Amino acid sequence: MTARVDRDICCYCGGCTSVCPTMALKLDETYIKISDEKCKSCGTCVTVCPVSAIEVVL
Amino acid sequence: MKYDSEWDVIVVGAGPGGSKAAWEFAKRGNKTLLVDRKQQIGPPKRCGEGISIWVIEEVAGLKATPDIVKQEIDGGILIAPNGKEAVVHIPEGGTGAIIERSQFEKKLAAEAIRAGAKVMLKCDVFDVIKNDGYVEGIRARHEGKNIDLKCKILVGSDGVDSTIGRLAGLKTTMPPSECDSGYQYEMANLPLKDQRKIELYFGNDIAPRGYVWIFPKGDDVANVGIGINGSMEHNAKYYLDKWIDSNHERFKNASILEINAGVIPVTQGVRQMVDNGIMLLGDAARMVNPIHGGGMATALEAAIMAGEVGSAAIKGGDVSFERLKEYQDMWWKKRGNQYKKVLKVRHFFEKINDEQLNIIRDVVEDTSLYLDLAEGKNLSQVAKMLLKASPKGAKFAMSFIKN
Repeated sequence: MTARVDRDICCYCGGCTSVCPTMALKLDETYIKISDEKCKSCGTCVTVCPVSAIEVVL
Repeated sequence: MKYDSEWDVIVVGAGPGGSKAAWEFAKRGNKTLLVDRKQQIGPPKRCGEGISIWVIEEVAGLKATPDIVKQEIDGGILIAPNGKEAVVHIPEGGTGAIIERSQFEKKLAAEAIRAGAKVMLKCDVFDVIKNDGYVEGIRARHEGKNIDLKCKILVGSDGVDSTIGRLAGLKTTMPPSECDSGYQYEMANLPLKDQRKIELYFGNDIAPRGYVWIFPKGDDVANVGIGINGSMEHNAKYYLDKWIDSNHERFKNASILEINAGVIPVTQGVRQMVDNGIMLLGDAARMVNPIHGGGMATALEAAIMAGEVGSAAIKGGDVSFERLKEYQDMWWKKRGNQYKKVLKVRHFFEKINDEQLNIIRDVVEDTSLYLDLAEGKNLSQVAKMLLKASPKGAKFAMSFIKN
């Protein structure tokens, strides 16, 4: 399982990257880069996203 | 453009704190590089843009000109869950300001440049360079190449991400309960209660563990935003849209100029914000007032402290943790301990319900007490006031005093 961002909804605020405990997420101006290896599917990013653009999927 | 690879100071993140830090270090003769991952300094803002004239002039060191200050503010209207208002006036001599933050940041960076700093944009830092327990620089992606840039002191002012701090091994990760999730529309053609007053709306259905704000930004333009605790059932956008819809009459002719979103640290500043060769400031060090979520003033203040201590450390040839700790102690003494008190106030307000909030609005006659609360002052006086009110007020006033 890993995090996935819906680019149509994402506002690129980087909030998700700032709370990820394993630094699996990285904001690259208009793109959230996700490292599947580092992602522990803890769901912290899902909780804080102001627009619910990110989810944990299989 | 060609850049040197060795510097006295590299500042990562050209927000208000970073740009001010670069200016402070450069003006003291340090070879300073200010970097940012974006391709422009300023937009997009992750901010309500509220500050004060005093901070702009006396802390940031800029002139409060109309291109920065969009609206002067002389007070606030706090609206309780039941709709009743409490008007707070900013004391004599203090004027709030809603600013065009991107202009503010650019002007700070321009001053840093005039003081001798260089700026590198589209510089995406992906690692820090460490040697013998000392942070000695950054590894970044710039114009398609990986580059190494060395420095004596690395300043991490990269905002809420705090990537620099975390890469360097400092504990800056926050759980969702210690941050606010924020969403905002900048809107035009919005009727305002008072052009010179900010409006703050409270209520569990409106903004759970937070508030909705309307910050007038000149004419009929305003930042309309919400900050809620980061671990709520619905997202920030949901609550803001719901509140705007429920105020349809007021918003029917207004529409949006910008959408902003972001996460705001609302915890206390990190305990350890320095290490060998590295200093953190601003949101990166979680330096934010936990009640209202404002961080610009604190970041600017910390930038001055960092410039002072860091420059002396470089001159003395010692940038160890022990040497740089003076900055950390300075910040904790001046601001950190105060914010600890404010955090207690925040935790208290997170526990009370709408009915109790309504009672507070009714019993507090001297509204300057709200200003004190936001600064963590006069807490026992607030508790006494609550005791004077109904038995319901007394019950939770006692728990307030106990804390």
